[in-house]
Amino acid sequence: MSIKINHLTHIYNQDTIFEKKALDDVSLEIEKGAFVGLIGHTGSGKSTLIQHLNGTISPTMGEIILDGENIHKDKTKLKEVRQRIGLAFQYPEHQLFEMTVYKDVAFGPNNMKLSEEEVDKRVKEALQTVGLSEAVYEKSPFELSGGQKRRVAIAGVLAMNPEVLILDEPTAGLDPKGRDEILYAIKELHQKRGITVVLVSHSMEDVAKLADRLIVMHKGKVAMTGTPKEVFAHGEELEKMGLAIPQISYVLAQLRKKGYSLPDDIYTVEEAVKALYAFIKKEGEA
Amino acid sequence: MIRDITIGQYYPAHSPIHKMDARVKLLITFLYIITLFFVNTFTGYAFVTVCLAAVIRTSNVPLKFMLKGIKGIFIIILFTAFINVFMTKGENPLFQWGIFTVTLEGILLAIKMCIRLVLLIVGSSLLTLTTTPIQLTDGMEYLLRPFKKIGVPAHEIAMMMTIALRFIPTLLDETDKIMKAQQARGADFDTGNLIQRAKSLIPILVPLFISAFRRADELAMAMEARCYHGDENRTRMNVMVLKTSDYATVGLIVIYCAAIFVLRFAAAQFSFIW
Repeated sequence: MSIKINHLTHIYNQDTIFEKKALDDVSLEIEKGAFVGLIGHTGSGKSTLIQHLNGTISPTMGEIILDGENIHKDKTKLKEVRQRIGLAFQYPEHQLFEMTVYKDVAFGPNNMKLSEEEVDKRVKEALQTVGLSEAVYEKSPFELSGGQKRRVAIAGVLAMNPEVLILDEPTAGLDPKGRDEILYAIKELHQKRGITVVLVSHSMEDVAKLADRLIVMHKGKVAMTGTPKEVFAHGEELEKMGLAIPQISYVLAQLRKKGYSLPDDIYTVEEAVKALYAFIKKEGEA
Repeated sequence: MIRDITIGQYYPAHSPIHKMDARVKLLITFLYIITLFFVNTFTGYAFVTVCLAAVIRTSNVPLKFMLKGIKGIFIIILFTAFINVFMTKGENPLFQWGIFTVTLEGILLAIKMCIRLVLLIVGSSLLTLTTTPIQLTDGMEYLLRPFKKIGVPAHEIAMMMTIALRFIPTLLDETDKIMKAQQARGADFDTGNLIQRAKSLIPILVPLFISAFRRADELAMAMEARCYHGDENRTRMNVMVLKTSDYATVGLIVIYCAAIFVLRFAAAQFSFIW
């Protein structure tokens, strides 16, 4: 399974004065099992791009190919596409509506007309994956904490057993604890279930830590793509696009300026700790 | 999809109509609607159409954009025509079909009614297309001021309208988002019988209501935090001043109204139906 995007252009409100080109000739490929980080400034076309991936909006020009087939070729198959490519929108907890957490997560699988046992199995599995215990199953989703609500909403998408999971800023507006819980759950999903993940994020730290490939969007175009190390090596260009490199890299850059010989390709706190430790050890020996 | 709704939409452009005082525009629209009901001849409708066309031309709003609004009420127009054709009794029956009799008068009346509806809608939509919601409510508040003495809360009404208008696009956006999110979970809004379709609205309506209440609550809090307490001693940011051009417009509309009455009574005098 792979998703291929060919020369995708999307124009909102075409032929009116409100016309806006959100995507401009975007070509991409998302391989099976990848963990892709999608970054870009507000209005760079990230959200428009991911909404194309599961067919919630149709391209103005270009095509989206899933397993060799244009997803808009057969409109009756769109439902299947949406099941295979799970999309969790920004603030997904705003879409909760059922009386209990269990019922809300079951909404997706029920729409797929699965048997009762299968629905039950999937709901429990999904809630377990996002780290919610049985104690919350019968609670109203509206009594939960922010982080818990968000996890219920993501479980609602997961319960459809998608092959690809797309998350639009899953950590926006959460406290640090809630953020870590979500990111941990996503990492687990990717590693244990081998699910393909596309993570839209404003946090360079998060994508540096989690993604194995980054796509940088700028003004509706793909500005850069590559591993986090490759992309973050272009710090200046990223800053020009209103983005940045991870905070820790700035710390190390300052240290290098002061004359400490530290490596210049460190983008996560964990790597930085290792490098600093090695550096101190070496200095101590000298 | 849902974004295509154009009710009460403002079309930003530069034109004398856009620059006109909102109060004048409101009054003109009001007069236009009233006088339209005095018109009863084709000559009269031709006159109104020519005047309206001239105004649309001056407003720089593309005709295509205006006609979009009519598309939505096409059914109503069709229905009106239908009722008028079959239900009007007259002296010149053209043909009979069961209990229905089609008369010459009926057909003429149906055509006139349709023209009147289209003129009514296009004319009044010109008001919202060329006036921002803020200007519109400001104008309305000003015009309602005399009624304050008999206890009409003019400022509060205007504020409520401002807020309601302000939230139309927000809530439409929100509905769009919620629909997409539920579609991503396999929801289906387009198929099934009436009951199934009604049921499929629940996953949209519940989150929409919750978000509307949350927004209302937040807005109320934000207004209180900035010491909003209604109309008392409140000064305005934009003071509305009538310009020479506005007075000229009022002069034109007086002439227009006079012309409508002359056409009406001339028609009565010579009793021609055209």
